[in-house]
Amino acid sequence: MEFGFPELAAIRLGFGLSPHMEPPADADAILASVAVAGPGPEATSTQDARDSAQKLAELGKARVEGGEAEARARVEFARQLRDSRWFGLAHRIARAVDAPSGFGERLVQFWSDHFTVRADGAGAQRLALAFVDEAIRPHLNGRFEDLLFAADTHPMMLLYLDQHVSVGPNSRMARQNEARGLNENLAREILELHTLGVGADYSQADVRQLAKLLTGLTYNTRNDVTFRPGMAEPGAETVLGQSYGGDHQANIDDIRAVMVDIARHPATARHVSRKLAVHFVSDDPDDGLVAAMVAAWRRSDGHLPQVCHAMITHPALADGFRQKARQPFDYLAACLRGLGMRGDELRALQRPEINRFLYLPLGQMGQKWGEPAGPNGWPEEVGAWITPQLLAARISWATRVPAHLFDPLPDPRELMRATLRGSRSEALARAVPRAESAREGVALVLASTDFNRR
Amino acid sequence: MLSRRMFLKSGALIGCSAAAHPLLTTMSFASAPGENRLVVIILRGAMDGLDVFQPYGDPMLRKLRRTISVGPEGGAFDLDGFFALHPALEPLLPLWQGGELAFAHAVSTPYRDKRSHFDGQDLLEAGTGEDVGADHRIGGWLNRLLRAMPGAQSETAYAVGTDEMKILGGEARHKSWAPEAELRLSAQAQRLLEDVYHDDPLFRQAAQDAIELADQGTGREKGPEGDARALGLFAASRLNMQTRIAAFSIAGWDSHARQEAVITRALARLSAAILALREGLGGNWQKTTILAMTEFGRTVRENGTGGTDHGTAGALLMAGGAIRGGRAYGEWPGLGEGQLYAGRDLMPLRDIRAYAAWAMRNLYGIESGLLERSIFPGLDLGADPHFLA
Repeated sequence: MEFGFPELAAIRLGFGLSPHMEPPADADAILASVAVAGPGPEATSTQDARDSAQKLAELGKARVEGGEAEARARVEFARQLRDSRWFGLAHRIARAVDAPSGFGERLVQFWSDHFTVRADGAGAQRLALAFVDEAIRPHLNGRFEDLLFAADTHPMMLLYLDQHVSVGPNSRMARQNEARGLNENLAREILELHTLGVGADYSQADVRQLAKLLTGLTYNTRNDVTFRPGMAEPGAETVLGQSYGGDHQANIDDIRAVMVDIARHPATARHVSRKLAVHFVSDDPDDGLVAAMVAAWRRSDGHLPQVCHAMITHPALADGFRQKARQPFDYLAACLRGLGMRGDELRALQRPEINRFLYLPLGQMGQKWGEPAGPNGWPEEVGAWITPQLLAARISWATRVPAHLFDPLPDPRELMRATLRGSRSEALARAVPRAESAREGVALVLASTDFNRR
Repeated sequence: MLSRRMFLKSGALIGCSAAAHPLLTTMSFASAPGENRLVVIILRGAMDGLDVFQPYGDPMLRKLRRTISVGPEGGAFDLDGFFALHPALEPLLPLWQGGELAFAHAVSTPYRDKRSHFDGQDLLEAGTGEDVGADHRIGGWLNRLLRAMPGAQSETAYAVGTDEMKILGGEARHKSWAPEAELRLSAQAQRLLEDVYHDDPLFRQAAQDAIELADQGTGREKGPEGDARALGLFAASRLNMQTRIAAFSIAGWDSHARQEAVITRALARLSAAILALREGLGGNWQKTTILAMTEFGRTVRENGTGGTDHGTAGALLMAGGAIRGGRAYGEWPGLGEGQLYAGRDLMPLRDIRAYAAWAMRNLYGIESGLLERSIFPGLDLGADPHFLA
């Protein structure tokens, strides 16, 4: 059975093979398909999120003043907003099962994790969706510096890492209200996680200076001002030896300038290239692979399609086959894609079904949707995902859920052929025909090492 | 085309991680090493020790913190005239009064200056100094403890929950399971699955454990602290059998803004977990030591957003029927000018690993040489703080 570059790429770079379409023919086809992963028809904007947060606040006020009907209206609207997380999950998987190569959607997952945010409370849920639609999806095919700027100045990031309340110690606002001051959370994570990496040569002073430079960036639901000079620390700040601002009123261009410089720093090229290689190729990637990606980065000032091209065309992509395990989200998407589910069927799921078949299982597999433990996102190592309790959740899902979603179930032998083609092992080929029922045969394919590794 | 070599290579790679270890094959049910139980709770996100055990007797505290950690006036419970317990830990107050809760301030791992959660947690769980690069850290310190314990079996230690627990990672086999996990398979499906996993040691071992533990979960618990309570109850259920060491994590301590709300939620979960352990352990509570450790403390000064930023020294919480509680351990470094680390953080006075090491020495008889060289390389044990009864 066939197993060439297209199959390898579909499994390693996408969400696996689909019975409905042929995998991408070559690297160019894969890179071209990334354009399809832009914001879709269900895209949410910061304005939508702000409107709904405002409406929630108004309903809250009405509840205080009014009676039972007002209270019910608020509860109902808050529930709708919280449900966006569930529907957001179904929509994300819908795009993963329909995507031609899947690489674009995998990049959406990767960058959403690199720039981890977490929305707490009903009012912020739609903003988390807007973050992906506004900061991540439009920048997959551009330069890293544009992605960095979009992600780290997006209201959702400002809320998550407390930037919206950070005030320069000598700013106008701090002079008027001495309770207000600096918060260094976003500045630290930009350097440590988003760009240079923790091993790079920077200091607490750089964190502090960057934090002062970032002051002025803010967000609230009442108006759409994203930069308030009155919150900004006056004067120049020096980050990594370079001075910013000082000769004019603080403004967002200084923030753009520092982000571009940090994005083009050699340590950023290394840290982010290696992280891509770790995610797509191997927990311990080949030095030559990382070097090729860094070279492409340096040559192109961090033009992401060129960095990805270096990764996709490197022999390490094939050499590392099966060294990674699909993360739980990727696993569910690959199962549903392989079983032949269509995006529209996922979009039609109701909240209780999404909860039972997708949301709760993801948590049991160790990846609770929308709730990473910290700004460093999810772990990469195979060993972090394949533990007894987490593997049990995968096996249980494979045994239980497909029968609820598909009537009739696909023939397990056909499922094995369609999803693994030439990469299925002899052991699996022997076991599947011996299953007692189609249900158990399907479970064997989806629970197998062949299917869980990539 | 994907070559055959490629498959062989990935197969070989999988093969070599299956290093044969005597513990892998030990399946006898000899009695586990002694009756003493150790539970390590990793508090991820950097707990603000100064807010949990508030040194309100130090006059500088009120100058540095205006809206948080205001001591008994703000509803905290006076402990000894100098320290006060955060109001959200009220459920643990009876433990303090009964000598089953204690703390040590001004402790830290050897991690300094970069103040990264993730590096800090890695180092806390690895139990090494910063001189050991991340590439050379082989597993966690509880795993190395297992290797030093005569008669340790895979049942001896449990990683509980769905979070990764690097503290137990490494060569020595241990068990891991989550309270809510379950697995139902027909006999035939189980046999076929074992065939399919046979050549992949990671999947084979995980599935073998999962099949064995399929019905051992204790289930979900309701309410906002339900997950923490479930972790405590499940850990207790194992510790009542062959298990002597359990580890799990409680996240949610990163209180850069609105600290009062953030820490209140996290403390409610921590106390729910500790009380669930006590409830579940019954008589074994008297033989149990709980150490709740965090990657580092937080800035002494309240920041401009009602919270605190990443710091250096923090607090270690100890609980259990086996400890000598109702008291504060360690020296107090002071909060005055010149007494802070880097002008912003609580000064570290003692390596947090020393407390863990003394617990291991007194609970399991591990020799000090082994503690200072293998389990915590580079540690200076120092004097026994005598926090065990």
